[in-house]
Amino acid sequence: PLHVALFRPLQIFINNEWHDSISGKKFPVFNPATEEKICEVEEGDKADVDEAVKAARKAFELGSTWRTMDASERGRLLNKLADLVERDRLILATMETVDGGKLFSTAYLMDLGACIKTLRYCAGWADKIHGRTVPMDGNFFTFTRHEPIGVCGQIIPWNFPLVMLIWKIAPALCCGNTVVVKPAEQTPLSALYMGSLIKEAGFPPGVVNIVPGFGPTAGAAISHHMDIDKVAFTGSTEVGKLIKEAAGKSNLKRVTLELGGKSPNIIFADADLDAAVEFAHIGLFYHQGQCCIAGSRIFVEEPIYDEFVRRSIERAKKYTLGDPLKPGVQQGPQIDKEQFKKILELIESGKKEGAKLECGGGPWGDKGYFIQPTVFSNVTDDMRIAKEEIFGPVQQIMKFKTVDEVIKRANNTTYGLAAAVFTKDIDKALTFAAALQAGTVWVNCYSALSAQCPFGGFKMSGNGREMGEYGLHEYTEVKTVTIKIPQKNS
Amino acid sequence: MAVNTLRKGKGHGEGRLSAESGPLFQEHPVGSPVRGAAARQSSRGPGHSFPRGRAQALGASLSVQRVPGEHQPKLPLIPLGSGSKAQPCLAFSLQIFINNEWHDAVSKKTFPTINPATGEVICQVAEGDKADVDKAVQAAKAAFQLGSPWRRMDASHRGKLLNRLADLIERDRAYLAALETLDNGKPYAISYLVDLDMVVKCLRYFAGWSDKFHGKTIPLDGDFFCYTRHEPVGVCGQIIPWNFPLLMQAWKLGPALATGNVVVMKVAEQTPLSALYVANLIKEAGFPPGVVNIIPGYGPTAGAAISSHMDIDKVAFTGSTEVGHLIQKAAAESNLKRVTLELGGKSPNIIMSDADMDWAVDQAHFALFFNQGQCCCAGSRTYVQEDVYNEFVERSVEKAKARVVGNPFDFKTEQGPQVDEEQFKKILGYISTGQREGAKLLCGGNPAADRGYFIQPTVFGDVQDSMTIAREEIFGPVMQILKFKTIEEVIERANDSKYGLAAAVFTKDLDKANFVSQSLRAGTVWINCYDVFGAQAPFGGYKASGNGRELGEYGLEAYVEVKNVTIKIPQKNS
Repeated sequence: PLHVALFRPLQIFINNEWHDSISGKKFPVFNPATEEKICEVEEGDKADVDEAVKAARKAFELGSTWRTMDASERGRLLNKLADLVERDRLILATMETVDGGKLFSTAYLMDLGACIKTLRYCAGWADKIHGRTVPMDGNFFTFTRHEPIGVCGQIIPWNFPLVMLIWKIAPALCCGNTVVVKPAEQTPLSALYMGSLIKEAGFPPGVVNIVPGFGPTAGAAISHHMDIDKVAFTGSTEVGKLIKEAAGKSNLKRVTLELGGKSPNIIFADADLDAAVEFAHIGLFYHQGQCCIAGSRIFVEEPIYDEFVRRSIERAKKYTLGDPLKPGVQQGPQIDKEQFKKILELIESGKKEGAKLECGGGPWGDKGYFIQPTVFSNVTDDMRIAKEEIFGPVQQIMKFKTVDEVIKRANNTTYGLAAAVFTKDIDKALTFAAALQAGTVWVNCYSALSAQCPFGGFKMSGNGREMGEYGLHEYTEVKTVTIKIPQKNS
Repeated sequence: MAVNTLRKGKGHGEGRLSAESGPLFQEHPVGSPVRGAAARQSSRGPGHSFPRGRAQALGASLSVQRVPGEHQPKLPLIPLGSGSKAQPCLAFSLQIFINNEWHDAVSKKTFPTINPATGEVICQVAEGDKADVDKAVQAAKAAFQLGSPWRRMDASHRGKLLNRLADLIERDRAYLAALETLDNGKPYAISYLVDLDMVVKCLRYFAGWSDKFHGKTIPLDGDFFCYTRHEPVGVCGQIIPWNFPLLMQAWKLGPALATGNVVVMKVAEQTPLSALYVANLIKEAGFPPGVVNIIPGYGPTAGAAISSHMDIDKVAFTGSTEVGHLIQKAAAESNLKRVTLELGGKSPNIIMSDADMDWAVDQAHFALFFNQGQCCCAGSRTYVQEDVYNEFVERSVEKAKARVVGNPFDFKTEQGPQVDEEQFKKILGYISTGQREGAKLLCGGNPAADRGYFIQPTVFGDVQDSMTIAREEIFGPVMQILKFKTIEEVIERANDSKYGLAAAVFTKDLDKANFVSQSLRAGTVWINCYDVFGAQAPFGGYKASGNGRELGEYGLEAYVEVKNVTIKIPQKNS
């Protein structure tokens, strides 16, 4: 039994201070494993976003502490923040589990591990983002400065509340921006706790501002704001479109989007079958299937199709569902009722459209948003379950015969986030590495992400890249400075 | 010239750290009785009491370029034990560090390391030679084998280890600073505020690079997939100097370890102590055995063994140009190991008449006298434009006379002793040559104490380009001021040197600043500043001042081999 007092603070974080919402409204946060209310959080709206933007703008003024700080000092602050996250790892992992339904062991080891490494990675970049001197024609001396963009609005999803928060703020801060962050209404707790750590680490007031609230109100206020210079969003493709539209309608703010996917995972007959089954399984079922990169279209070469399906079912049946805080539990609940219903509806459509339900297919337990691990075989490309993002523990297995065919089918989607191929053949591996239209291609592995690697989508899976050196480009404006000189010399 | 009037037994405590505040290893204060000029210094009078608060304030007022943080720096007390017979305070091993273990020299020999403020022996240190270098190379090679923990380690984890080493150095910062001062003679306030600060920042900087030094994928013509890997070079021999023992150690270790190399390091025989202490921290940080091996010893023996070793893949050296020649030759004659050299300089500092005169005088003084003049980048040819020459000279002399020479453990001291007797004599030799060749000695010119290797801050005016003191590296507190008329003239004269390490120009004119900075043949050009260093900015020499660059992203290049991998593929697509 976790006492509600654990979950503090529950207010809006602006200027390193805690505020009630201007409207006086609050919203409830639920535990998806029990459907019970955990606590209420201040509900930020346009008025609160305005306050946060003012604070962020002030912190970004020329001559401010933040603008005059050494880049290496920004790095030191990020490293300090990593230390604090490491110190409070247990608390943060518990929060992720309680309001996100994430397995505690996963939250503690994977999510928090990724958070700490990402902070340290970006800390290292702070003083390594080099401008250039440019050999311009004529008697000029030309150089570029990589300047922070300014006030960045960042809208965070609920599936990896803390990791996504860090993916957003770490590169933004390492480049010297100020941020106004809206965490997801389903999972605001860890983000608010981070507010207190950000303050403790010593970031100046106004550099990071955190406004919990809903998309149509607080989120829209950010994307429409005339004084926000850039918006970064991770979430659904549907909302991604709204954000880009809002940016277009308002001040042409820069937009980066990391959206949905329907990622193909291609298994050739020459692959190590044990490894392929396991990676394909984890690639779909990890975190209850609530991953934008989920390998949700598994194309298996004909000769091994039946065996692959058999082993995949066997693997999916091994699950223990239950309270994600308890050790030994392997699958927690879906995030909320809306998702829960949507997933069940898609399972129904799969059955109706003629896919073969091999296992699972319904809810589990008498409370909480649990869904049985579900495997469909004999899936064809035209079915809804093969085209739409399910975002749940539902695996689709399709059959293919030739290389050309599977490339065409894999790319035949509006999405392009990730893809994978399993084969021992070097020619096939490299052919697919080039042919697949996706921001990330894994060969003989799946879900291998780390702070060093850029991540993002082709097509409607997004705009721009996060992480790696590429991720920094999204948080800098390049300024060319050209000075007339009396005489140029090489 | 102001010199601390430190006198044994005088009650006002000035310049002497009281027993509580951390005495030295010696039974009496060092560098104290000053001869000659010193006697005149009683003008400062008694009553300069030296309470702790004041000591801190003085720390802040030192003429250093950058002090950490925005707040007034705090100087901790000197932590070298309590009590006058502090020898046992060297509570760490003084042996050779191989495979994370301590070893006597194979020959069993030891050598003394000397406190330059007194000329007294501090302690004996194991003396490494060829046999010890061989052992260290064996250990390094084993640590670098394919499949070893070090080779298999995540790059980000190498960064984590470097950050941890920085944390440990930060933890032991005061002790290391004191050790540095004891062994090298540089003022403790500088050791603590400048050297240690830069050491920590350097290690953190390279920690960050460990997982960010990217290879490339390359659009090779034809049906190929082509990429590069930046692989560590392998066993790196690193020979470091005595003028910034800890900082040069960090400059060498940071990029080598960030990129995954293994190291056999020889530390200078004058200043082995701090490096050996850091060896303990390297082990404590968790670097696998054999990754860093540290050998105290002499150049002609241990140093030569490194540079001519058939199993060392790269040698990096910081020191004199004379020895740099030997190292490059040894590399050529042995296994063509990669060579980077950071050598001597005779750096021009050009003061245009439109410069901010207060600032220029201040910086030109700092450029030369910092670290007792023992800087490879010392601004040792100060070219001053004709119309401000007299004023500049006058003010520079004033400033030199006011420089506080004395016990380096005194928080107020700006200048300690030179590092050893050889340097001391060499510098005095240059001073007499300058006088003999007709330069005008404006102040100083003599030893500044009756023991220890102290030299008075010395300024020469009317120096001509042809004089020895205008051509050779003095590496001491001896400033040469030369006169010029036009920009074209001064550029030509400034570049007329076999060296090309650093240069500076002081002017308010944008065109002059750009023109001069582009015309000077030097690895670093400072505009309206001098000796501005940061781990982010590359440093190294044109011409006989060296090969390659240290620090910055450029500094990583010397520590990787680029491997191009090309794979035949069935069909290329863009």
